[in-house]
Amino acid sequence: MLTRRKLAVSTAAFALAAGFTGAAYAQQKTVVEFWHGLPQPLGGQLEQVVKGFNDSQDKVQVNPTFKGSYPETMQAAIAAFRAGNAPHVVQMFEVGTATMLSAGPAIKPVHQLMSETGSGFDAAAYIPAVRGYYSSKDGKMMALPFNSSTTITFYNKDAFQKAGLDPNKPPATWPEVADAARKLKAAGVTCPMTFSWPTWTQFEQVGALHDKPFASEANGFGGLNATLKINDPFFVKHLQTLIDLQKEGALRYGGRDNAADSLFPSGECAMIQASSGLRGRIIKEAKFSWSAAPLPYWPDAIASPKNSIIGGAAFWVMTSPKRTADEYKAVAAFFSYLARPEVDAKWHMDTGYVPVTLQGFELAKKEGFYEKNPGAEVPAEQLTRTATTENTMGLRLGNLPEIRNIIQEEMEKAFQGQQTAQQALDNAVKRGDTVLRNFERANKN
Amino acid sequence: MQRRVIFDNRALPYLLLAPQVAVTLIFFIWPAAQALWQSVHLQDAFGLRSQFVGLENFQAVLSDPNYLETVKTTIVFSASVTVLSLASALGLAVMADSKIRAAAAYKTLLIWPYALAPAVAAVLWMFIFNPDIGILGRALNNLGYAWDYRLNDGQALTMVILAASWKQVSYNFIFFLAGLQAIPRSVLEAASIDGAGAVRRFWTITFPLLSPTTFFLLVVNIVYAFFETFGTIHALTHGGPGKATETLIFRVYQDGVVNHDLGGSSAQSVILMVIVIALTAIQFRFVERKVHYS
Repeated sequence: MLTRRKLAVSTAAFALAAGFTGAAYAQQKTVVEFWHGLPQPLGGQLEQVVKGFNDSQDKVQVNPTFKGSYPETMQAAIAAFRAGNAPHVVQMFEVGTATMLSAGPAIKPVHQLMSETGSGFDAAAYIPAVRGYYSSKDGKMMALPFNSSTTITFYNKDAFQKAGLDPNKPPATWPEVADAARKLKAAGVTCPMTFSWPTWTQFEQVGALHDKPFASEANGFGGLNATLKINDPFFVKHLQTLIDLQKEGALRYGGRDNAADSLFPSGECAMIQASSGLRGRIIKEAKFSWSAAPLPYWPDAIASPKNSIIGGAAFWVMTSPKRTADEYKAVAAFFSYLARPEVDAKWHMDTGYVPVTLQGFELAKKEGFYEKNPGAEVPAEQLTRTATTENTMGLRLGNLPEIRNIIQEEMEKAFQGQQTAQQALDNAVKRGDTVLRNFERANKN
Repeated sequence: MQRRVIFDNRALPYLLLAPQVAVTLIFFIWPAAQALWQSVHLQDAFGLRSQFVGLENFQAVLSDPNYLETVKTTIVFSASVTVLSLASALGLAVMADSKIRAAAAYKTLLIWPYALAPAVAAVLWMFIFNPDIGILGRALNNLGYAWDYRLNDGQALTMVILAASWKQVSYNFIFFLAGLQAIPRSVLEAASIDGAGAVRRFWTITFPLLSPTTFFLLVVNIVYAFFETFGTIHALTHGGPGKATETLIFRVYQDGVVNHDLGGSSAQSVILMVIVIALTAIQFRFVERKVHYS
C-alpha cells in the first residue's frame, strides 16, 4: 500500500514538474515552422544550418520539415494556406516566384518583415543577379535568397585529351563548342555533349547571356501582360544549331528536367551544361579528371556575354490568421542568421550552391576554397561579371513550370524531326501565351 | 408471442448503414461535388480570388487540339493495355492450369509483380530499357538499333503500354486461374471422349464458361488503364516525348497539381468521370448480354 501511494505521489509530482517546465519552455521559445523541399543529402545539410541557428540562441526554435520535391512543397504550402494553417517559412523554387508574388496577402515580403521588426537587414549585401530575381519591380526584396545555383559547363578533361583538344582551354563560344563536339565524336566519344533542364539552360540562360528578352515586359517584371519572345530569329538559330548537332551525333538530348545529369559523372557525355549544384555529385561519382567552365556564347550576337541568371530556391514568409508579431520577429531573427557571411560561405562550400552574398563570396575566397577547388568559382563569377539588365534579372512569369514543360515538349518534337525549329518555337510561344493569359485572368483583382 | 424477423427499430438500419454512407460522402460525393464546383470557376493557386466563368473551362479544354490528341493517346493506350494484359494472363492461366511439373512455383512467380507499386515497377523498367543506364536499352543501341524512348513517340508509347500491362497480368492471372479451376472437369472429359481437341474444347467450353470472369476483368482493366497507370507513366516518360504518352488522367494531374490550373483540371476530371460512367454503362448494357452466368 505504502509503495503504491508513494508511487502515485511521485508520479503526480513528476507530471506536475514536467508540466511546469514544459510550459516555461514554451513561453521562452517561439516556434517557427519551416518547410523545405531538399532531398538528402542536401536536406540534411540544410537541417544542420537550422540546427546551427537553434543552438546560437535560446529564444526561437525553428522546426524544419521535408515536404517532398519543390513542386510538392509548393502544393503543400498552398493547401496549408487554404486551410488557414500555413507554415511560417517555406522554401520555394525560383520558377514559383511569380505565383508566390501574386499570392498577395498570403505572403509577407521580406523587406517589410525586416523593417517592421527592425532587423537592420541590408538587401544590397546580396549578389545583384540573386537580388534582382527576388525583388519587386521597384527593387524591394520579396523573399530571402538562400540556395541559388546557376548553369555552367562541366567537361571531361580525359576525353578532351583523347580528342586532341586542350584540356585546359574549354571552348568559350558556341562555334568552338560545336567544333569540339565534332572532334570528340571523331575520336569515338558516343556522347560529345548534352544539357540538363533544357528550357533553363538553352533559352532562359542563353537569353540572359546575350541580353535578349525571353518575354516582353522586362521578362514579366513589368506586369502580368507579358508575352513570350523566344520565336525571335536569334533563338530559332540557336535551336536549329542544337538540332543540327544532334543529327550529326555531336549532341545528345538527355531528357526533361535533370534527367541528363547522370550522363556526365558516368563518363558517357564529355560536356554537359547543367546546374552548378551538380558539382557535388560529380566529385562523388566521376572516375576521370574534369573541370568547369562558363557557358558558351554566340560572338556574332554579343561581344562579351552578360551575367547568367539563377535557379535554386528562396525562403518565403507566409501569413496565417493567427500569426503574432513575436512569431514574425522570430522569423526575422532566423533570416538575419542565414544572411551572415560565414553561414552563407559555409553552405556554398559544403554544397556547390553559389554564395548569395558578396561577403560570403569574399569569405570563401579568403579561406582559399577556390585554390583548393579549381572551377568552383565559375558560377559565382558568371553571376557577378556584369550589372544586371532587364533581360538578365531573371524571369517573372506566371506558371513558369508549365511554360517550361511546353517548351520541352515542342523541342522534343523538333529533335524528332516532326517540326522545324521555327515551328517548334512558334508553337511554344502560342501555347505559352495561352498559359500567361490564363494566369493573368486568374490573378487580376 | 410471435417472433418477428423484421426489426421494429427504425433507426438501427440507418445506423448500420451510416459508416458506409459517411465514407461514400466524404471520399466520393464531396470531392466530386468540389470538382463540379471548381470546373465552373476560375481561381488563382491560393484561392484568394475566385470568379464564376460558366462553361469556359470546358470550352477551353475541348477546343484545345492537344486535348483531343490526349484523348486519342488514351484510347490507344487503354485498349492496348486491356487486350494485352487480358490475353497474356489468359494464356498463362491456361498453361498453369494444365498438369505440368512445378505448377505451384509458376503460379507464385506469376503473381509476384502484382505486389509492386506502379512507380517501383516503372523504375524497374527504366533500369532495363533506359538507353543510358538500362541493360537492354544499352544492348539495343550497341546492336545498332537506335533505341531512345525519350525522343521516339512510338518507342515511348510501346514501353508504357508494356510496363502497364505487365503490372496488370498478375491480377488477371489470379482471376482467370480461379475461373478455370471452377470449370467442372466432367464436362471437359465428356468433350474429349466425344473427340473434341484441345483448341475446340477451349473455345466451345472453357471460354464461354469463363465469360463472367472475363467480363469482370474487362471492366476492371479498363478502369485500371484509365486511372491507375498514372504512376507508371509519371516515372517512365512524364508524358513525353512531346505529348506522346500523356493520357487523360496524367493531364489532370499535370494541369491541376503542377500547373495550378484548378478550373481546367476539374473540368477534365468531370469529363473523365462522364467518360468512365458511359463506358461502364455500355459494358453492362451491351457486353454483359454475351456473358453466360451458370
